[in-house]
Amino acid sequence: MQRMVSPPFTQYQLDSVYDEMFDSEGNARPHYQALQQRLFELSPAELRQRQQTADIAFLNQGITFTVYGKEEGTERIFPYDLLPRIITSTEWNQIEQGLIQRITALNMFLKDIYHEKHILNDGTLPREMIYTCRHFRREMQGVRVPRDIYTSVVGTDLVRVSNGRFVVLEDNLRVPSGVSYMLANRQVIKNAFPRLFLNYGIRPIDHYGQALLATLRALAPLQRTDPTIVLLTPGVYNSAYFEHTFLARLMGIELVEGRDLLVHNNVVYMRTTAGLRRVDVIYRRIDDDFIDPLAFRSDSVLGVAGLMNAFRAGNVSLANAIGTGIADDKAIYAYVPLFIRYYLDQTPILDNVETYLLLDESQRRYVLENLDKLVVKAVGESGGYGMLIGPHSTAEQREQFRQQILADPRNYIAQPTLAISRAPCFVNGQVEARHVDLRPYILYGETITIVPGGLTRVALKRGSLVVNSSQGGGSKDTWVLYDELQK
Amino acid sequence: MLSRVADSLYWMSRYLERAEHTARLLDVHLNQMLDQTPGSANHRWERLLSSLRTSLPTGSIYDAYILTHALTFDLANTASIVSCIGAARENARQVREQISSEMWEQLNRLFLHVKRTDQATFWTTEPHEFFQVVKQGAHLFQGITDATMSHGEGWQFIQVGRAIERAGATAALLDVHFTDFLTRHPTETVDYLAWVGLLKSCTAYEAYCKVYTADIRPECIAEFLLLNAEFPRSVRFAVGVIHTALQAIASTTGRNAGRAERLVGRLHAALDYDQVEEIMDGSMHSYMENIQRQCSQIHTALHQIYISYPIDSSLLA
Repeated sequence: MQRMVSPPFTQYQLDSVYDEMFDSEGNARPHYQALQQRLFELSPAELRQRQQTADIAFLNQGITFTVYGKEEGTERIFPYDLLPRIITSTEWNQIEQGLIQRITALNMFLKDIYHEKHILNDGTLPREMIYTCRHFRREMQGVRVPRDIYTSVVGTDLVRVSNGRFVVLEDNLRVPSGVSYMLANRQVIKNAFPRLFLNYGIRPIDHYGQALLATLRALAPLQRTDPTIVLLTPGVYNSAYFEHTFLARLMGIELVEGRDLLVHNNVVYMRTTAGLRRVDVIYRRIDDDFIDPLAFRSDSVLGVAGLMNAFRAGNVSLANAIGTGIADDKAIYAYVPLFIRYYLDQTPILDNVETYLLLDESQRRYVLENLDKLVVKAVGESGGYGMLIGPHSTAEQREQFRQQILADPRNYIAQPTLAISRAPCFVNGQVEARHVDLRPYILYGETITIVPGGLTRVALKRGSLVVNSSQGGGSKDTWVLYDELQK
Repeated sequence: MLSRVADSLYWMSRYLERAEHTARLLDVHLNQMLDQTPGSANHRWERLLSSLRTSLPTGSIYDAYILTHALTFDLANTASIVSCIGAARENARQVREQISSEMWEQLNRLFLHVKRTDQATFWTTEPHEFFQVVKQGAHLFQGITDATMSHGEGWQFIQVGRAIERAGATAALLDVHFTDFLTRHPTETVDYLAWVGLLKSCTAYEAYCKVYTADIRPECIAEFLLLNAEFPRSVRFAVGVIHTALQAIASTTGRNAGRAERLVGRLHAALDYDQVEEIMDGSMHSYMENIQRQCSQIHTALHQIYISYPIDSSLLA
């Protein structure tokens, strides 16, 4: 392990893990040099003061999330790190191309699964992978969706591994969250480092709201020329409620709850004081399970009775469609590179993380023998829940997972523990290295739009690999630079 | 505007008005206890409880500590001050993005204050101070609402909620007091302080004196609290507010307020033209009861037209 000498970097850890800012020699990479220069100029007190100003900005705007399982309605500020994460134009172009390729293939896969099923019929994908998946929805069988787009709002999780390449960790095709933090982070950093920001040549992200609205509009049922679009939230107790209000305001659309909507003759209406108003597109932030008590979980009070039938009748569009969770299953994830070859006849631009499928006997044996080295994940979970991180686990936890895997091997996958990249963060008055990931937000409507960058999440605890907000992670702004030529 | 949002704004405002009214009545009541003989205490508690349209909690006795606690802090009592402020805040929380952040902050601050106050501090300092904070908090909220929120449809629902609560509560207050005072044996004089207490329960004492001088006469009090056109806590004034707000709502939504409009218009006209002598010659009690019944009918009609209407009557494009 190597440490650097000049403040504020004296606690900065460099080792075999890829560092976003420094190369293996400890020299700042070219695109980080201006930032480094600024950090040398500022005293720790000045940095701390900027961090405080940023924190207060978040507090005043009420940018919070709710932690489940704690006291009811515990609201917390999403921890924010002052230092930007910087991505070069070349790196971004590759990410962008890779994500476009991936989202295209995944939508073709979803269409295939819910219609002709070529990939199952010709034996490329084992049938049991689909029919054992909790998120497969028979109700979607043969249902045409507008433009054949199933998943139009996606937040793919990427990490950078030791060789400097970005790999895909999860696709998040259901109801990804966090985009409001991406937008808020940008506002805050502009106030913290205005001059630095101006000189860096950073691609803007502020058009996200319009792009999302255009995407939703593109999904409207054909005959509806001036569609009414709403955002459906589970309500104030949902962990992402802040984001729901934020996005609704950003797009100027109505924020509705299930109880505001009703279905009559397979048409969806919202109950307003001026009477019932027809709804054409629903950006829903409620999981499949809870969206229609007649079709799915009958104990759900968040959903809209009859919504599924209105959707099947083509009278209302949902973003994302029902049943996209099948492609989000962590065991199906292992097949995505295959989908890219199968549907597009292309080589995947972004790699997957090597994934062990526990239905396969030899892979399962290997995983059970190496639990202390691997990361085990439940296939249907997200948000960092239902995970075993081998190297950080106790014997008892490993035994518990062993039993669970043996009881239901389809429900788990394993991956090697990744040495995910670290980036400089402002911690305890110092600049220290912390693990980061990247979640770009992809919009698929008339075209595919990815605002440059995304949300960089940080594992703020030293050594921790878990970046989820529910597990003590934070976030920082992400700068994607223009080409030297475009600048 | 979403019906749910209108409903939440309406109830937010209504609950806060109820908390303020209860705080004022209790404040005046506890203050009057100091001046009067203990013998009549039970009777006065009874009057207070009926004015608040509630009754002695089962198994309870007329004890100042117990009853004040029940009406102020008891969360099991949905009409207690803390419960009402909590309910107002909960409604505001559901529509936080529809009200101004200043409104939310004020309501939240008031809620946190009453929640923090415990029985012991309440009695060791001055109950009066606590009630003062509640009353001022409600006034401040109303001021902030008027100053920071667009006076559109949502604001009109806030006006209706407050005015319906106020009209009904004032009518109940007048009913109980006049029935009590006027049915006593002629030899028993109703003391001056009790009448002043009634006026103060509506913050009307000073305003009354400006019109009628300090000459305290029952028919003048009835006229002032019921029929005065300019005093914001008179029943007539409150019904006027409901009437105006309903017309504004009908014009913004393009939906005729129908039955609600007829009900409120009739009540408004009656209060505009009725004579206090006639009211007092007839049955004051049934007159007051009638006002309360009409307020509740207006509420129901409003709800049926704008909030929980049957779907086939309202299919738009």
